Amino acid sequence: MSKLKNIFLVFIFSIIAINSSNSAEKSPPFLETKWTFKGLFGKFDRASLQRGYQVYTEVCASCHSMKYLTYRNLAEKGGPEFSEAEAKAIAAGFEVTDGPDSTGEMFVRPAKLSDKFVMPYANEQEAKAANGGAYPPDMSVLVKARKGGADYIYSLLLGYSEPPEGVELDDGVYYNKYMYGNKIKMPAPLSDDLIEYTDGTKATAEQMSKDVTNFLMWSAEPHLEQRHKTGFRVIAYLIILTVLVYFTMKKIWSRVESKV
Amino acid sequence: MSDHEYTPSSKFGKWFNDRLPLLTLANHLTDYPTPKNLNYWWTFGGILTFCLITQIVTGLVLAMHYIAHADMAFSSVEHIMRDVNYGWLLRYVHANGASMFFLAVYIHIFRSLFYGSYKSPREIIWILGIIIYLLMMAAAFMGYVLPWGQMSFWGATVITNLFSAIPLVGESITTWLWGGYSVDNPTLTRFFTLHYLIPFLILGLVVLHIWALHVPGNNNPVGIDIKKPSKDTVPFHPYIVIKDAFALLMFCIVFALFVFYQPNILGHADNYIEADPLVTPAHIVPEWYLLPFYAILRSVPDKLMGVVAMLSAILILAALPWLDTSKVRSAVFRPLFRQFYWILVADVLILGYVGAMPAEGLYLLIARVATAYYFAHFLIILPVLGWKEKTTPLPLSITEPVLGGSPNLAAARSDEKIEKTIK
Repeated sequence: MSKLKNIFLVFIFSIIAINSSNSAEKSPPFLETKWTFKGLFGKFDRASLQRGYQVYTEVCASCHSMKYLTYRNLAEKGGPEFSEAEAKAIAAGFEVTDGPDSTGEMFVRPAKLSDKFVMPYANEQEAKAANGGAYPPDMSVLVKARKGGADYIYSLLLGYSEPPEGVELDDGVYYNKYMYGNKIKMPAPLSDDLIEYTDGTKATAEQMSKDVTNFLMWSAEPHLEQRHKTGFRVIAYLIILTVLVYFTMKKIWSRVESKV
Repeated sequence: MSDHEYTPSSKFGKWFNDRLPLLTLANHLTDYPTPKNLNYWWTFGGILTFCLITQIVTGLVLAMHYIAHADMAFSSVEHIMRDVNYGWLLRYVHANGASMFFLAVYIHIFRSLFYGSYKSPREIIWILGIIIYLLMMAAAFMGYVLPWGQMSFWGATVITNLFSAIPLVGESITTWLWGGYSVDNPTLTRFFTLHYLIPFLILGLVVLHIWALHVPGNNNPVGIDIKKPSKDTVPFHPYIVIKDAFALLMFCIVFALFVFYQPNILGHADNYIEADPLVTPAHIVPEWYLLPFYAILRSVPDKLMGVVAMLSAILILAALPWLDTSKVRSAVFRPLFRQFYWILVADVLILGYVGAMPAEGLYLLIARVATAYYFAHFLIILPVLGWKEKTTPLPLSITEPVLGGSPNLAAARSDEKIEKTIK
């Protein structure tokens, strides 16, 4: 029987090996960087989230919406944690159409904390028309909507290069080694010193990619910090209870000659 | 059912019990004689009950915040994740709870296969179990559609399209199921309704499943009939209750690791993209627990025959008590069956693996061989084994060693020990 088991183990592992070597040819391994949000006690790097928001709003937001985010989220615990005044000021920088008012007219007013992030385009058709037929995806849950998550987004942002020999690209199509099929309609969005960070950090392409990916991770999982914190408590509680129940069980079963 | 009459001690208790014998039932459940050699594979019944209750409770709260409408379903799920108090926790427990439920049910089913728990006199328990399993798959599939992501939409399209394979009326049935000419809002609202209904049907069947179990009593690792109550049994409470509780807690630790630290690892990234009828995902794959059947479906070139094969793969289990001709229940005493059992386990795992891969080339070939083997196991190997196999001697009872002093008493306790004994 152990022979049979071994044969099957070898068989299964060889399938996995064949498969992983196949996929390795398709896309290179992701760029490595240290994420503070990973691990048992993972938390966001607050300053990085704030810088990430700056990258989003100054660069990405010209094409990409974030329709599930609200300006109040920027001041909430576990996020970039701007002060309420700062978040209000950020919101006030955008205009939203509200109404109808008492005369039945729509009107434009500055955004408030309770408003959703203002979208760059009125609708999907307008977005496509402005971007050569490609729809810039909404970025609210983008990190969770891509295989590889944060590592993928980070690598993609830095994965642009000249196409290798023999690869022909149409107008408005760019080469990116991490993109599925290597062809992407978004031009390289970040380059060194594209923006000036308000906190004085040097805005290298790597720095901006990391900051904005952090920000996108938070926008996809706004309760990540609370989840990790609660998770640790829940599991610690369960382990202690399990140990107590184990000894109770041993005690109870000691009355019977059977083992548990 | 009880072997002795139960009389409540208090006057009111007696008065009540004469009119509604709830106390007799409670007494039966606590005293229920259980084989004392049950191993940890037997704790999954309790774990499954816990899973069902968890799904119902979390699902109930989620349904208060969810909107079953094609235009709003996706954003209502995001609303739950962002703005509902502990909404993220409820949703992650519910989504991972489905996977945990299936993990537990597969262990439960394979335990039954190993120890022959489906054999006489437990055929009805087994068939009720198969119906529960079918309903679980229906509930899980419809639940996966509700977030209205890309995999929801396209998974629903693929699965409902299977009905179009039925000759003559297939197309009309599919249109009727959809409530239109494609998967759309009417499909979503009816799936939501059914997703809410099915768990309660399952709950009812679980009561019958347990009722049917309490007539002959539990099977056990040795697989022999035992006298109840006797030296071979212990009362359900506290012995089995505390053991089930311990196993359940271990299970919950694994469950919590998924919920709090890898909540999306069992899902598909594409389901965080809102459903778009105009964009087909590169690979449409069901959730992991349906993959073996998906592989069987795709391994048959003809659509109708593929559907027939997939359904037969599940329904053949219902005939298992009659396909397995061996009188010996436990695999512990069936050396040949034991080998084929492990090949079947590997076969199902392989089917699950190729089910996740594109149906082409080597994968398709493997899927076909594995599918053929799956059916051969039930239709050829099991009936023949029953006649040909020479089983090892059975013990007289759990406590008494077998005639001739073979050390099988210890063997009955755990699989590992069994293997050592036999070598």
